Amino acid sequence: MATAEHAPLGRPTSLRATGRVALRQAMSRSAAWLLLAATLSGLLVLAYLAYDVIQLGGSRVFHNFPDFFTTYPSRFELRAGIRSPILGTLWVLGLTIVMTIPIAVGTAIWLEEFAPRNRLTSALRLNISNLAGVPSIIYGILGLAVFARAFGLGGTVLTGALTLSLMILPMTVIAAAEAIRQVPPSIRDASLALGATKWQTVWSHVLPGAIPGIMTGIILAVSRAAGETAALIMIGAYAFVAFDPASVNDAFTVLPIQIYEWTLRPGETFKGEAAAAIIVAMVFILSLNLMAVLIRERFRQR
Amino acid sequence: MVNIDLRPFQTANRSPAGDTFEAEHWPARPENVTRPVEPTAIAVDNLSLWYGTKQALTTVSLEIPINKVTALIGPSGCGKSTLLRSINRMNDLIAGVRTTGTVRYHGLDIYAKEVDPVEVRRRIGMVFQKPNPFPKSIYDNVAFGARVNGYRGDMGKLVEDCLRRAALWEEVKDDLGKSGLALSGGQQQRLCIARAMANQPDVILMDEPCSALDPIATLKIEDLMRELVQDYTIIIVTHNMQQAARVSDYTAFMLTDATTTGQLIEYGRTEEMFTNPRDRRTEDYISGRFG
Repeated sequence: MATAEHAPLGRPTSLRATGRVALRQAMSRSAAWLLLAATLSGLLVLAYLAYDVIQLGGSRVFHNFPDFFTTYPSRFELRAGIRSPILGTLWVLGLTIVMTIPIAVGTAIWLEEFAPRNRLTSALRLNISNLAGVPSIIYGILGLAVFARAFGLGGTVLTGALTLSLMILPMTVIAAAEAIRQVPPSIRDASLALGATKWQTVWSHVLPGAIPGIMTGIILAVSRAAGETAALIMIGAYAFVAFDPASVNDAFTVLPIQIYEWTLRPGETFKGEAAAAIIVAMVFILSLNLMAVLIRERFRQR
Repeated sequence: MVNIDLRPFQTANRSPAGDTFEAEHWPARPENVTRPVEPTAIAVDNLSLWYGTKQALTTVSLEIPINKVTALIGPSGCGKSTLLRSINRMNDLIAGVRTTGTVRYHGLDIYAKEVDPVEVRRRIGMVFQKPNPFPKSIYDNVAFGARVNGYRGDMGKLVEDCLRRAALWEEVKDDLGKSGLALSGGQQQRLCIARAMANQPDVILMDEPCSALDPIATLKIEDLMRELVQDYTIIIVTHNMQQAARVSDYTAFMLTDATTTGQLIEYGRTEEMFTNPRDRRTEDYISGRFG
């Protein structure tokens, strides 16, 4: 039985928002504006930075094109290029990728598919997440102490790649584990019920299903490694390299270190070079991220 | 878990008063479990199963005959899927599962220490509730099981043979390279049946294989089961009593009540059980009074 206060509202004369409905709708609309403002505040700062950099260095990138890409750093403005930083970046990143993928994917598969669920493995999982938050300079110190000094590798491409690998491992393991977890359990059941072993199931069904997620995670982590400066300065990557690194035992520099070095110069000199190198680095990292998006989209269509 | 209070459902021809209390709280009385005359494919003896501390099966014993369809029926939570999955050791994949009792497959205890579950699963096929083809071609779906088991014969012929047996060949023979996911739900389920047969099992377990299908696709699968039972022993879990009545030769009725989870109440020839149930709870269930 309906009491007085729970009686039906009765026949309305108008359906325009009034009273509390109008108030709630007004709050909803202002929330939308506030959220837009939050988005824009980040975007605007970024846009300003990009504009500033392009204004300063845009012309330098194309000055006597492609000189900027093919000459070594130099004491002379307008003659200094980024040949060795680009080569160093490619060397270090290439080696980092090669070393990270098997270790990260292997760890993720073990944790997700084979490891028993007990206190030890949950502690392991927790620690991997924690490691992802460790500042990169710490990895630099570790790289210096272990790879450069204890192993006697010095400030070489190999030391740099080992250090960066170590730095991005937690991120890549987490991304790969997440991707593996996304593969529906029904696929595993189907495979195991056919008498496939765990490894056959992982190899034939879980990994193929997880590849887009794993690739995306690795590329995003690599683009973080591509922008890494502190850890590499720590291990003693040279700031002035006037030769092409030809093996993993050569000294090297990378784009971010070169940018750092140029911006440290006093006065207005080398500002254009620094800005031009920033543009190159941004385009490089942007294209890595674009690649991650494309890979994800390509695999999703299947 | 379902707690069923049967008291409101008094029926005219129920068993005489006085023995009801016992009947409601004990697993199947021996006289309510028929021993099939046919030779046995799977013999479950005194099987109990726990997920961690939660019991899911209580002292289930029954013998499943060769080349017959045996249906496991009962309300949700009665343990019928658990029983099915313990026949090919799929429950092993869940952490914290513990069993007591035995499941014999052609006389061999599949829970014996030296038994490898992979060896069990390649001989006892399984079809799941939701069609779960691999996101690969139709051909690869069927060939996978044979490949992982090291099949050395003519793969193309095996794939065709399995698809024919699953009554799917005519519909897919022109595009075996098409993704298994591009098929309709009913076709996907028949693909899963074909896939299970590629390992040349002699027992096929089906866990509510039609619950995600429309009535026409369901009918096709049921016809297929009647066809396949000439060569295979089929055990099917179903929610649908009409389906159990239509396709099965033997039926096992399971129930979870206030005191005991996953018990077998009655087991026997399907037409006997549906026309003349021996336990009042079976009668209440199949006449639609609960479940």
